[in-house]
Amino acid sequence: METEPTEFNNPPRVGSFARTSTGLSDYQVKMVFIMPTMILLILMNIFPLLWSLVLSFYKYRVNRPDLPPEFIGFKNYVRLLSDPDVWGYFQTTAYFVVTAVSAQFLIGFGVALLLNREFRYKGLVTTLILLPMMLSPVIVGLFWRFLFKSDTSGLINYFLLPLLNFVQATPIPWTTDPKFAMVSIVIVDTWMWTPFMMLISLAGLSAIPKYLYEAADVDRASNWFKFRWITLPLVSPLLMIAILFRTMDAFKMFDIVYVLTREGGPGTATETVSMNLYKLAFRSFNTGKSCAMAYILLIVIVALSNIYVKYLNQLKREA
Amino acid sequence: MPTRRNFSYYLSRFSILLVVLIYLIPIYWIIVTSLKYGSDISAPFPKFFFKITFENYQKLFASKYFSQLLNSIIIGFTSTILAVGIGTLSAYAFSRFKVAGEDDLLFFILSTRMLPPIVVVIPIYLMYTVLKLRDTHFGLILLYTTFNLSFAVWLMKGFIDEIPKEYEDAALVDGYTRFQAFIKVVLPQASTGIAATAVFCLITAWNEFAFALVLTEVGGKAVTAPPSIVSATGKTGYDWGKVAAGTFIFLVPVAIFTFLVRKHLLRGVTFGAIKK
Repeated sequence: METEPTEFNNPPRVGSFARTSTGLSDYQVKMVFIMPTMILLILMNIFPLLWSLVLSFYKYRVNRPDLPPEFIGFKNYVRLLSDPDVWGYFQTTAYFVVTAVSAQFLIGFGVALLLNREFRYKGLVTTLILLPMMLSPVIVGLFWRFLFKSDTSGLINYFLLPLLNFVQATPIPWTTDPKFAMVSIVIVDTWMWTPFMMLISLAGLSAIPKYLYEAADVDRASNWFKFRWITLPLVSPLLMIAILFRTMDAFKMFDIVYVLTREGGPGTATETVSMNLYKLAFRSFNTGKSCAMAYILLIVIVALSNIYVKYLNQLKREA
Repeated sequence: MPTRRNFSYYLSRFSILLVVLIYLIPIYWIIVTSLKYGSDISAPFPKFFFKITFENYQKLFASKYFSQLLNSIIIGFTSTILAVGIGTLSAYAFSRFKVAGEDDLLFFILSTRMLPPIVVVIPIYLMYTVLKLRDTHFGLILLYTTFNLSFAVWLMKGFIDEIPKEYEDAALVDGYTRFQAFIKVVLPQASTGIAATAVFCLITAWNEFAFALVLTEVGGKAVTAPPSIVSATGKTGYDWGKVAAGTFIFLVPVAIFTFLVRKHLLRGVTFGAIKK
C-alpha cells in the first residue's frame, strides 16, 4: 500500500489523500479487535457448556451411540446430591483445600519475611524458589511419587530413617496407605505452591514504606507491635488475594491426584471432586450424570471467583 | 544496614538455606536419577555415588518421546502466537476505547479461565467427537488458544494501560489512522509485555495435562509430552530412569523461560492484577 507511512517521523500530511483513504473509524477498530476473542470464547466455552447443561438433564452415554439420549429431568442432580459418596468427595476436596492452602500461606509468608531483607544472592535464591510453580503439576506429582516410594529406596523415607528407627517404625507407605495418601498430596501441592504465596507476600512486604518502621522505632515500639500494627494491616489485602486465588485453584486440583495416588486412591481416600468427575465422564462414561456433576462444581467455582473478582476490583479502586 | 551477627542472623540464614535445599533436592534428584543405571535406581537405599550412564537418554531416543515433544512444541507455539495475537487486539480495545459493559465483559473473559479443566473438557470431548477433532493438532491448538486467550487479554491490558495515550494521540494528529497508530506506536512499546505474555502462555500450554489426557490417545498422533510421560509404564510399573530423563528434558525449557520472565512472574501468576 503506497499510502502507508514507512517512518513514524514521516507521516502523511493532515488532510492529504492518505488521511481520507485509509482507516476504519474507532468504533470499527474496536469491534474488529474485540470480536475474535468473543467469537472464540463463545464457540469454545459458552456453546459447549450450554450443550452439557442440556445433557445434564438426559440419561446419555457417549460411548454408546446406539442408545439415544433419554430425557430424565432433574434425576441426575437428585441422584448426585442425595449420594453420600458425592458429599464425601466434596469433604475430601475441602479437607485438601483447607490444609494445603493454610500450609502454603503460613510457610510462604514466613519465607517472605525471611527474604525481605538484602543479602547476597537474593535474586538467585528467589528465582530458584519460584521455579516449582512454573513446572507442570502432573510431572511434579509423578516425580514425587518416586521420592515417596514406600520402602527405604525412596528419598523421603531414607531421610526419615533416623527418626523412624528412633520411634521403631517401618518406612511409611506414603501414597498407598489411606492414612498418608492425603498427607502426601498436601505435601506435594505445598511444595509446588508455597512459592506463589511467598512471591505475593514479598511484593506486599517490600511495598511497605520504610518510614513507618522508622517512626515506630522512634516511639520504641516492640518488634511484635510493628508486625501486628504495621506489617499485617498493610500486606493483608494482597495476602487475601493470594489465598482466594489458591483456594480456587486447589478446589479444581486434578493433575497431582491423578498421578500421585493413581486417580484418587487408595480406594477413594484422595478422590477429589475433579477426580470423581473425570472418572464419571471418562471411566464409566456416565456422560449425562457427569454433566450434572460438572454443573454442581461450576456453581461453586463461579461463586468463589465472584468473590475473588469483587475483591480485585475493590483493591484496584483503592490503588 | 549494620550486620550484627547474632543468633537471629544465623537462624534466618539457616532457614533460607533449608528452604533452598527443600526446593533444589527434588530437582537435583531428577537429574541424578536420569544418569543412573536401573540397578542403582532400584537399590534398597538411595545411591549418592554411582556410575554415570546415558542409557536412559538412549532409551528415550528409541521411543516415540521426541515426536511427542515435537507435538508439544508445535501445539504450544501455534496456540501461543494465536492467543497473544488475538488477545493483544482485544486488550488494546479494552484499554483505549469505551466498551459497553466493559467490566462485565472482562469478568466473563476471566471467568472462562477459572473453569476447572475437567468441567470444560466433557462437552469439548463430545464436540470434538462429532467434529472428528480428537487427537488432532488443530483440536488442541484451538483449545489451548481459547484457554490462554483470557489470560493474554488480562495481562496485555495491564501492559497497554501503562503506555501513555499521548504517543498515539500525537500519531493520530499527525495523520496516522487508528490502526496504523496501533501497529507502529503501541505494539513496539508493548513488546516487552507481549514477550512476557507469550512466555506465560507457552509454559501453560507446554505444561497442560487434563485436556491432552482426555482429547488425545496414548501413543496417538497429536499426544503431547505430559500424558506420554505419565502413561509410560512398563510391565513392572515405571522405568524411573527413563521417566527422569524424559522429565529433565521436559523441564529444561521451562526453567530457561522462567528465568527470562523472572521480573514479570508476579504479574503473570496474578493475571496482571498485581504489578510491581
